[in-house]
Amino acid sequence: MRAARDTSPSVLPLSLEDVGYAVGARPLLSDVSLQIKSGRRLVVMGANGAGKSLFLRLCHGLIDPTVGRRHWASGERRAEAQAMVFQRPVLLRRSVAANLDYPLALRRLARTARREAVARTLDRFGLTPLADRPARLLSGGEQQRLALARAWAMRPQVLFLDEPSSALDPSATRIIEEMVEQFSAEGITIVMTTHNLGQARRLAQDVAFLHRGRLIEHRSSAEFFTGPETPEARAFLAGDLIW
Amino acid sequence: MDGPFATALSLIASGDPALMQIIGLSLRVTLTAVLIACAVGLPLGAALALARFPGRGAVIVLFNALMGLPPVVAGLVVYLLLSRSGPFGSLALLFTPTAMIIAQTVLILPIVISLTRSVVEDLWAEYREQLQSLGAGRLRSVPTLLWDGRVSLLTGVLAGFGRASAEVGAVLIVGGNIAGHTRTMTTAITLETNRGNLGLAVALGIILLTLTLTLNAAAWGAGQWARGRLG
Repeated sequence: MRAARDTSPSVLPLSLEDVGYAVGARPLLSDVSLQIKSGRRLVVMGANGAGKSLFLRLCHGLIDPTVGRRHWASGERRAEAQAMVFQRPVLLRRSVAANLDYPLALRRLARTARREAVARTLDRFGLTPLADRPARLLSGGEQQRLALARAWAMRPQVLFLDEPSSALDPSATRIIEEMVEQFSAEGITIVMTTHNLGQARRLAQDVAFLHRGRLIEHRSSAEFFTGPETPEARAFLAGDLIW
Repeated sequence: MDGPFATALSLIASGDPALMQIIGLSLRVTLTAVLIACAVGLPLGAALALARFPGRGAVIVLFNALMGLPPVVAGLVVYLLLSRSGPFGSLALLFTPTAMIIAQTVLILPIVISLTRSVVEDLWAEYREQLQSLGAGRLRSVPTLLWDGRVSLLTGVLAGFGRASAEVGAVLIVGGNIAGHTRTMTTAITLETNRGNLGLAVALGIILLTLTLTLNAAAWGAGQWARGRLG
């Protein structure tokens, strides 16, 4: 799995150039410029409504910028080697194994290759005993684990995670964080949002801080957490409500 | 009421051939119509749920309205199309079981389309981003949504079956209620009641009710089982 991932041409960096997104006349994101570089863990922070989820959706290609330019290094309009885990992942009304098989079938993998990939993924995530269980009847933590497994099975170079553990208890959260670290160690680039400061400190190598739809800081996490440049980020870290 | 009921029970118990023939034809016509309506209506309803085009609202309203199409009017339309002077007159389909299947398909199709549209539209709101993220385009999402909505869709199909098996007007007009050829349970009940032959009418009524009850019980059971099994 590693080897295959390493030899495929990189889709990163992903560049956003003066990107904005507006609904009607209302701008929800404006003037966002940044590069998502390979091999890093980027945590996107900001208050509710700052545009974190929107930013992730825009990078992932679920929505297109209304102004500016989004560019993958591979030149693809929407890179195939990417995946996203949602805050509330939608699992299909079928078995755990069938959920893992679904995106692989969409990519027209041959049946035998799919069966192998599904078995490997089930094993990797400790889901083999649950393979035939209906996915919708799993616990919240198991569902999120399956969502991560499904994303991993798609062999992404970059994985977007939108508040992946906000609905989970501390122990399930811990498991999710460990998985994110393992993905990162495998060379998968991580871009995630969280409103959990502790989680951000534990996982971030870089931080992008959004405020009212604008990217006002983008620095290494060490720099960000020790001395944020902007008063908004300082207030955010101090736990103040900022609007 | 002892008379007709006793006659009805003995007719059912003896497996009266005329009775069996009527039941067989009714089932064949209605089930075929349901099958055709599903084959056309499920994908069409799902497509209508996902597609965005000018006039979409009007199309939705039209199909919703057609759910209440009076069977006699559906029968009349099909009659005009199939009659000797009509556009399809040369096919000589009028007063055949095929004509009855066509009429019942016309009756059921709007139900299947409208209910599928509604079920799939709700699912789409929930699934849209996830499916897009996994790499499924709109077209590829259609079978996925139909499959994931299968339990709810069963209700729509059942409503279609109920409407078709209960109606008299359409099959009477295009079928002609010819004994041994196009006589169904509902047309036979109408005729036998008019003739005062209540035994046969009651027997058919009992069977029709039992059939509907059994089918609904089975569908309900399947739905319960699936909910527990699939979440």
